[in-house]
Amino acid sequence: MTRLKTRFNNLSHLFLPLSVLVILIIINLIKGADYFSITMVNGAFYGNIPNILFGASELVILSIGMTLVTAASRGQDISIGESGAISSALFVQYVLNAGEVTLSTILVGFLISCVAGLIIGAFNGTLVSFFNVQPMVATLILFLGGRSIAFIIDGKVSPILANEISNRIGTVIPGVPIPTPIILTAVFIAIVAVVLKTTNLRLYVEAVGINPSAARLNGINPKKIIFLTFLLMGVCSAVAGFIAVNKAGRHDSVNLLKFIMMDAILAVALGGNSLGGGKFSITGSMIGAYTIEVLNRTLLRLEVEPEAIKAFKAVFIVVLMVVASPVVRVFVRKVLDKAKTLVARYSVRQTGGLNKAAVSITDTTGKEGE
Amino acid sequence: MRSLDTNKPKTRLSNSNLLFMIAGIIFVLMYGFALISYPGSFMQFQTFFDLFNFNAALFIVTLGLCVVMIGGGIDISVGAVCGLVTMACAMLLESGMGNVWGALLLALGIGLAFGLMHGYLIAYLEIQPFIITLAGMFLAQGMLTTLHKEPLNVTMPAFVGLRNFKIEIPWLGTVNRLGVFIPCEIKPGVIVVVVLVLLYAVLMKWSRFGRNLYAVGGNRQSARMLGINVKKTIFFSYVICGLTAGISGFVFLMTTGAGNIGNGALFEMKAIASNVMGGILLNGGVGNLLGAPIGTLTLLTINELIRAAGVQSNFQAIVSGLLLYLFIVLQSIVMSLRGRRKFRLTLPPWLKPHQY
Repeated sequence: MTRLKTRFNNLSHLFLPLSVLVILIIINLIKGADYFSITMVNGAFYGNIPNILFGASELVILSIGMTLVTAASRGQDISIGESGAISSALFVQYVLNAGEVTLSTILVGFLISCVAGLIIGAFNGTLVSFFNVQPMVATLILFLGGRSIAFIIDGKVSPILANEISNRIGTVIPGVPIPTPIILTAVFIAIVAVVLKTTNLRLYVEAVGINPSAARLNGINPKKIIFLTFLLMGVCSAVAGFIAVNKAGRHDSVNLLKFIMMDAILAVALGGNSLGGGKFSITGSMIGAYTIEVLNRTLLRLEVEPEAIKAFKAVFIVVLMVVASPVVRVFVRKVLDKAKTLVARYSVRQTGGLNKAAVSITDTTGKEGE
Repeated sequence: MRSLDTNKPKTRLSNSNLLFMIAGIIFVLMYGFALISYPGSFMQFQTFFDLFNFNAALFIVTLGLCVVMIGGGIDISVGAVCGLVTMACAMLLESGMGNVWGALLLALGIGLAFGLMHGYLIAYLEIQPFIITLAGMFLAQGMLTTLHKEPLNVTMPAFVGLRNFKIEIPWLGTVNRLGVFIPCEIKPGVIVVVVLVLLYAVLMKWSRFGRNLYAVGGNRQSARMLGINVKKTIFFSYVICGLTAGISGFVFLMTTGAGNIGNGALFEMKAIASNVMGGILLNGGVGNLLGAPIGTLTLLTINELIRAAGVQSNFQAIVSGLLLYLFIVLQSIVMSLRGRRKFRLTLPPWLKPHQY
């Protein structure tokens, strides 16, 4: 029982994002009971759940990287959309110039875009870790100039990626019922989970985020760790750019992954992570990312006018953050404790068989929960 | 008297002033370079005034953001609020129900409402400023698109009069090819900018609120130990930022005369970049308020320079990004050298005044 309780306490940071997700799903179920229905169309699953998983794939990958960057460097990377655009532009150019497109061409192109992501991550990471620039300011440089670099690599407005394999990566592989971006996301999440389980990355990142100088005294080089998180962020954005460009079938350097950094940061915050660094939960961020996608689709389903969607989203975020804020949480806990003691006293008085000592015992047990 | 002067204790130059000096020197160098390389356009006083004339709203937004950044926060909703104000005021003026003063009140009201919301949620409920102002940005953008989608030109005579109103400076100007003297012109928005800069500089330098804000931005915990009401100070910094964003929206409308969805887009990023160039750090507690207009001027001069050089539009963004990069690296190197005590801003011995 106690083990179960400690386990529950370990998961308590996921309570908020999960409850929000549940509320959104309930709203959807009220709107139409067939929300969970999945049908087979042309040999692939089709329905709301696959659509959500499909639509949120880039955001989930980016929010994983953003969680690491936020935890280590106590700031946010706002150039992720731009770095995704640049790395995917290189991928598209390689594939278009390679002649015949085979699986190996796509793989080499993907590796090239990953290297580009690493270079961009190194650029940002150098500024943040070795020059001590705040992450938001350091990444502002690429945010302002990145799209132009992607356009110059493209050489023209939105080159089209018309080949069989890209199409399959963007949609479905014949014979496999699950859309490919979902599979890629799952593989990515699995890799991240294995890396976090088998290496000391989580411990080091949290140590650096909580107190860099204390981490340094314990033999961890905070600069190296921050640099490493930016490198990982670069890889994440390259993968996200790869998925996005294959989904779209063309490379639109202006609109590819536009303003996705706002959603990624939001996902990190919704997942119960502090934007001031320190302890982090990647599961929370992932749930946060899916919550954002569900929210967007719910607003569309409720037939909110497309112009007003952003305003509704804002109200939702504010309400959620107020509920999750430390002040409100402390207040609610106080009220709950008071209610608990009142109920306990009332029940004791009703049974009547106990004296005042029992009341004081219930009082103290009530206070232990604080 | 002389002995009094020499006995004065030497005070170490503060980080704020050092960064401000760097910003000022870079601006002067940049403008000097512009003067030398493109004398045709930059030699005219009107070019300098036009930087203010057409970008008055950006100057004002930067000022408001500067106050918040000194307090250690951030407000990324300023651009969206500015855009919302332009559209709301344009609709009010076009509907014929309000006059110019009513529109000004509306602008202040919208700005104040956003400022109060952000301030309360961030200061008293202790929510992360980035997320709350992000929500504020979404809210303002959503309201803007709900209000009106098409560009809305204001045709109300009183407002058009205000828009076209120009102040001529008779003793400054240029002679054109025909030998006619053209005096320099400034728009009323510039006066708003100057008044606000002076007001905020006084506020930050000599008022209790300003000093409290520096203390809070530097170290929240020790500010609380000193007996400063941290929450109230942060609350007011966001209220001021919101109000300033409202004013900037009205000034924007005074400059362009039309409400548009794209108004004020990316102002928040430009304002952050300007503030960083002006030596105001995002960590808070460091920065001189006068750095904000200097930083904005530097950014605008860079853009003008790139435009004058005739660079292709795609390279413009890259070049300005590169310049921002150089600037940030320079700032960081100077700060780190200073931190290691290898670099002291004192005059070399042969330049010091002779001591008795």
